[in-house]
Amino acid sequence: MILVKDNRCDFCGTCVAVCPVDAIELREADISIIHDTCIDCDICIWVCPIDVLSSDVKEEVEHD
Amino acid sequence: MTDYDVIVVGGGPAGSMAAEAAAKQGARTIMLEKDRDIGYPVRCGEGVGAFGLKKFIEPDPAWIATTISKVRMRSPDNTLIDFGMDDAGFILHRRLFDYALANQASQAGVEIQTRAYVDGLIIEDDCVRGVKYQYMGEHKQLTAKLVIAADGVESRVGRMAGLRTATKLKDMDSGYQATVGNIDVDQEMIDFYVGSNWAPGGYLWIFPKGNGMANIGLGINGIYAKEHSAHDMLHGFLDKYFPKASVLTSVCGGIPIAKTLKKITSNGLMLTGDAARMVNPVTGGGIITGMVGGQIAGDVAGLAIQSGDYSEKAFDGYPKRWHKAEGKTHEAFYRIGEGIAQITDDQLNKIAHRLVKTPSENLSLLKIFTAVAREKPKILLDVTRAFAGI
Ligand SMILES: Cc1cc2nc3c(=O)[nH]c(=O)nc-3n(C[C@H](O)[C@H](O)[C@H](O)COP(=O)(O)OP(=O)(O)OC[C@H]3O[C@@H](n4cnc5c(N)ncnc54)[C@H](O)[C@@H]3O)c2cc1C
Ligand code: SF4
Ligand code: SF4
Repeated sequence: MILVKDNRCDFCGTCVAVCPVDAIELREADISIIHDTCIDCDICIWVCPIDVLSSDVKEEVEHD
Repeated sequence: MTDYDVIVVGGGPAGSMAAEAAAKQGARTIMLEKDRDIGYPVRCGEGVGAFGLKKFIEPDPAWIATTISKVRMRSPDNTLIDFGMDDAGFILHRRLFDYALANQASQAGVEIQTRAYVDGLIIEDDCVRGVKYQYMGEHKQLTAKLVIAADGVESRVGRMAGLRTATKLKDMDSGYQATVGNIDVDQEMIDFYVGSNWAPGGYLWIFPKGNGMANIGLGINGIYAKEHSAHDMLHGFLDKYFPKASVLTSVCGGIPIAKTLKKITSNGLMLTGDAARMVNPVTGGGIITGMVGGQIAGDVAGLAIQSGDYSEKAFDGYPKRWHKAEGKTHEAFYRIGEGIAQITDDQLNKIAHRLVKTPSENLSLLKIFTAVAREKPKILLDVTRAFAGI
């Protein structure tokens, strides 16, 4: 699942632009991930210029 | 009877130009902007060429921060390549510039609504016939004969109509910029750093904004953004070179360095500006090119309203005119960009060592790209194409 750090997002839309399945909802100052649509490809995490997003799946995989 | 002839979504440079052009053709036009302000926040280095700008609006000292006549490029080992610009450049105050463009549109008859977040389309018989939007917590809708989506890098409106606007990671630069005060930089010069130190796969820029201020920003190519954070790299740069600078504004943003989308129209819908991926894939400049695209889209919209045909076919002239004006050149730049992406820091240094021997009055962007092509011969033809504008 993609996690959004609180009070960090700048609402620039870069993650929205690369999301292959349109799973990110962005208003003037409000961002949310549509978890049912998200395919956990992680590219939004990488492209975000200020590291707002992270994944909880990743941690689990690393601990395996 | 529809509420409007044309609805433009997004109040950036592309949206304002599209709305103005449609209104000038007699179309009843409204432009919807999600933010409270037109022109703010400014996610942009604010650099434009004077020649391109003057085609659309008379330069006004109120929104021109500085006038640029010199360029400096630095290789990874800090070899400086200095040269003069053929065409003068401006660093804008985009907050005021975007305002001026929107005002120009409103003077042509365009209605403007801010705080209007478009979150859906009205689609009937496979044709876009209006938008659903939220205004201050209320759900509303408007009907129109056609919609122009100028909703910037996010480009969700196109997706709502089934167009493929998602951009590949390699075609997106992850950007971060600070407008800083209390620094001493040449106010007539733009300064670029290339190489992996400060901007892997992209570049770092210093654009002077007058009175000891400058926009200092960088874009990292998406494929390197996994390992590097644009925010951290920029702050590393500021700490090293401008430790006394104070950050007056900082923003992040994505720069789509893709080719224009294959499909920028569907029944009742046209995409333009960043939403259609109309940014120059090498320079990342999208203000003027967005205005070029926006104006064509608005013009074609106006003609469609006059003819009463809003089908995709009726918009045929739009991609064609865009391709002729900029799209073709961008495709050459895109291939140049792919070549440049493979150039190593060592090669960049080598190119710089060669160029530094050339007297600066003999240097130009074309010369520089030609020197790059010596390292990557396969881009030579595209360099010729890109600079001949064919
Ligand atoms: C860090 C950075 C530096 C840059 N530097 C330069 C530069 O120096 N020179 C240059 O030429 N270009 C530069 N660019 C690119 C340039 O900023 C863009 O290409 C340009 O702003 C595109 O204009 P536009 O009108 O297409 O989109 P925008 O200016 O992004 O406008 C789109 C508008 O649509 C609104 N919107 C989005 N979704 C909705 C919705 N659902 N409903 C209603 N409104 C919506 C947004 O709020 C926004 O106001 C830079 C970009 C970045 C990120
Ligand atoms: S890319 Fe980062 S800062 Fe920009 S909208 Fe997405 S999460 Fe927020
Ligand atoms: S992980 Fe992939 S699918 Fe999920 S929100 Fe991010 S970009 Fe979209």
